[in-house]
Amino acid sequence: MKTTEQLEAKLKRRSKAAKLEIWGRLISLTALMLIVAVVVAIIGFVASKGIATFTSNHVSLWDFLSGKSWNPGVNGANGKPEVGALPMIVGSFLITILSAIVATPFAIGTAVFMNEISPNKGAKILQPVTELLVGIPSVVYGFIGLSVVVPTTRAIFGGSGFGILSGTCVLFVMILPTVTSMSADALRAVPRYYREASLALGATQWQTIYKVVLRAATPGLMTAVVFGMARAFGEALAVQMVIGNAALMPNSLVSPSATLTSVLTTGIGNTVMGSLQNNALWSLALVLLFMSLVFNLIIRLIGRKGRLQ
Amino acid sequence: MFVNNDVKNAMAMEERHVIKLSDPDHPVILSTEDLHVYYGKKEALFEGDLEFASNQITALIGPSGSGKSTYLRSLNRMNDRIATVTGKIMYRGVDINQPSIDVYEMRRRVGMVFQRPNPFAKSIYDNIAFALRLRGVTGKHKLDEIVETSLKQAALWDQVKDDLNKSALALSGGQAQRLCIARAIAIKPDILLLDEPASALDPVSTGQLEDTLLSLKEHYTIIIVTHNMQQAARISEYTAFFNQGRVLEYDTTSHIFTNPSVQVTSDYVSGNFG
Amino acid sequence: MNSKTQNKIAIGGLYGIAGLVVLILLALLGYILVSGVPQLSWHFLTAPGKAFLKGGGVGIQLYNSFYLLILAMLISFPIALGAAIYLYEYAKDNWVTTTIRTAIEILSSLPSVVVGLFGFLFFVVKLHLGFSILSGAFALTFFNLPLLTRSIEDSLRTISDVQREGGLALGLSRWETVTRVILPAAVPSILTGVILSAGRVFGEAAALIYTAGQSAPALDFTDWNPFNISSPLNPMRPAETLAVHIWKINSEGIMPDAKAISSGSSAVLVIAILLFNFAARYLGKRLYKRLTSA
Repeated sequence: MKTTEQLEAKLKRRSKAAKLEIWGRLISLTALMLIVAVVVAIIGFVASKGIATFTSNHVSLWDFLSGKSWNPGVNGANGKPEVGALPMIVGSFLITILSAIVATPFAIGTAVFMNEISPNKGAKILQPVTELLVGIPSVVYGFIGLSVVVPTTRAIFGGSGFGILSGTCVLFVMILPTVTSMSADALRAVPRYYREASLALGATQWQTIYKVVLRAATPGLMTAVVFGMARAFGEALAVQMVIGNAALMPNSLVSPSATLTSVLTTGIGNTVMGSLQNNALWSLALVLLFMSLVFNLIIRLIGRKGRLQ
Repeated sequence: MFVNNDVKNAMAMEERHVIKLSDPDHPVILSTEDLHVYYGKKEALFEGDLEFASNQITALIGPSGSGKSTYLRSLNRMNDRIATVTGKIMYRGVDINQPSIDVYEMRRRVGMVFQRPNPFAKSIYDNIAFALRLRGVTGKHKLDEIVETSLKQAALWDQVKDDLNKSALALSGGQAQRLCIARAIAIKPDILLLDEPASALDPVSTGQLEDTLLSLKEHYTIIIVTHNMQQAARISEYTAFFNQGRVLEYDTTSHIFTNPSVQVTSDYVSGNFG
Repeated sequence: MNSKTQNKIAIGGLYGIAGLVVLILLALLGYILVSGVPQLSWHFLTAPGKAFLKGGGVGIQLYNSFYLLILAMLISFPIALGAAIYLYEYAKDNWVTTTIRTAIEILSSLPSVVVGLFGFLFFVVKLHLGFSILSGAFALTFFNLPLLTRSIEDSLRTISDVQREGGLALGLSRWETVTRVILPAAVPSILTGVILSAGRVFGEAAALIYTAGQSAPALDFTDWNPFNISSPLNPMRPAETLAVHIWKINSEGIMPDAKAISSGSSAVLVIAILLFNFAARYLGKRLYKRLTSA
């Protein structure tokens, strides 16, 4: 049959739609691969620069991680360059953990208030305000830290006012909106009938919140806190502006100290590419990158555990 | 393969009754041979061997999960991404289930209307015109004409002719569904597949939709999946009864509803299960 | 203590915490606006800065911020859009896709200073682009890509699958369906995401200090030839943005009125973010209405 053959030929000819489909798939895949390439490039470049301290400058990893004196231009008593990153590592962790400890009760308390106690006020006032504050640039937090927090610390504790305490205050306010709004999301995901069932059994509202809602939302709340910690750990400018930038082991919360990010921001412009001073800074960046991967992993693990429950 | 009306020839394990068509006025336009559909490893349709008469309405009925929608969606390969479909789908003598077939060209001949009305977030006019424009139909005059004819065929023209530039999302359910039909017939398909098109509509809209379908069969071959047996009885010439992934009975609608050959069909159409 | 008293105390405590948080957040906003808004004037917003004297403005920085924002959005939007389309419309649910999603998540969680350092290493040093608008725009793009991709993907998710089936059933390819049916319907939600991400980009500084640089050479606003060094359009010139400016003058402290300028600049940044937020909500709603109304 002639007509059947004609029809078959027509149906088998590649249509414009089919050509567009291949084209579109290719374009969108290229875009996606571009992002993947960026990730690989960032990790690759930072890692290759970061390990140069150990491979070409022959600093031992242990000295780097445990050394307490940071002075990459100078050789220490043992004749090796002084690239002990411990002060910055301790500074970064201290400031991160402290700000998370302060922020968590406030954030979760506010989220509970928004979601369980006064959903009306929560939706009308708290939610828009927190969402807005999530978007406030970190330099603005840094500037307020510099003009309000540092002088206050100075007035109360003496000294310069710069240090871990000021940094913690700034980071606390900075991560508060993020952790609050993520905690609120976590609470919102708890099914309504959990609460109804608990209240129907005669539990008070607080018992319901404490024993049922918070427990059910635990993985989500933990994710929110870890997310806030990751943000605090990686924050550069706001911290750099109030911490005092002295690469010394912090001996008090109100003495000038340093974090990985603060040393990086102040240092990288003042060193020559390829020099030990510069390589050592890239090693700090590598630590930062590594920690960001660790935070990412923790969030994933919490997520997986949450799903298993 | 079942070749005749003789129930005794059916497989011993199961009563079946599937006719072959022989109406010279309405030759077979579409048929399936040994069609199987798998979702992953799970087989959802074991066998669907049917023939469809041109310019007639064929209804596919059966309980939920019986495979009728799966079967329908396989006919224009809407299941390609989510299921594996084996067997032949013969459309005017061409097997359209081959990989070498251009599915986009094929779907322009085998159109489909869905359970939930799905007008696009565009004006009523553009809902119909935009697919045509994409395929090179240009010229305002020509497009206007097609839009008008399609809307008239779908019995929607009188209600929307002054609102063609308004958003289609503002239409009522029944109107939206008729717009979807107009959209489907604007590209002049041969066959129109409808997947429970009236299930989201109220009785009045359903009635109007049925009238529309009856008037459309002059130009199109219609295959409709429906839950509503009265609807099948009202509008179709042929009816296929699906159960548990198989076609149990296929015959003229009057035969199925008045004198079914298979006990299960009889139970179903008389409302004893399903 | 019986459970009722306990309940009262606990709820009271929660009221206290929430009140305190509102107080902190409002005090923060209030401080920025109260100390900053009085600094704002036409002169402040348009005049170039002065290094050692009082009375400079932030005109160039403000312009740079917008120029960088626009460039960064122009580069990142198509990439994010393409990636989101592939991820949501094409990608199969397998380990490759999971790995890619993980990679994007990693990018979004990288500290922006690391992104900035990479930009410095790659664009400024390796590609010899120097401290320039272009280097800065690329760094901002990297910073912006993961979140924008996710937000567009979420927008695609809001469009029901029956719309996709509708397009496919008309013989359209998946690509045509996405570009002609799904994207137009998702525009309100995509736009909201784009504006919100623009707010983030606008205030970002850490990714810029070593890419777009920390200096704002004078611009000649009558010269729009992008190849001239003083042209505002020249993408190869260093360009300090408003956010970087705040950091810079506070770290260096050679400006006598650094505090006043910082207050004013902070207020400008926060007001801009506020406007971005309102615009996102308003435009999103409005477009959605227009799309669905009769």
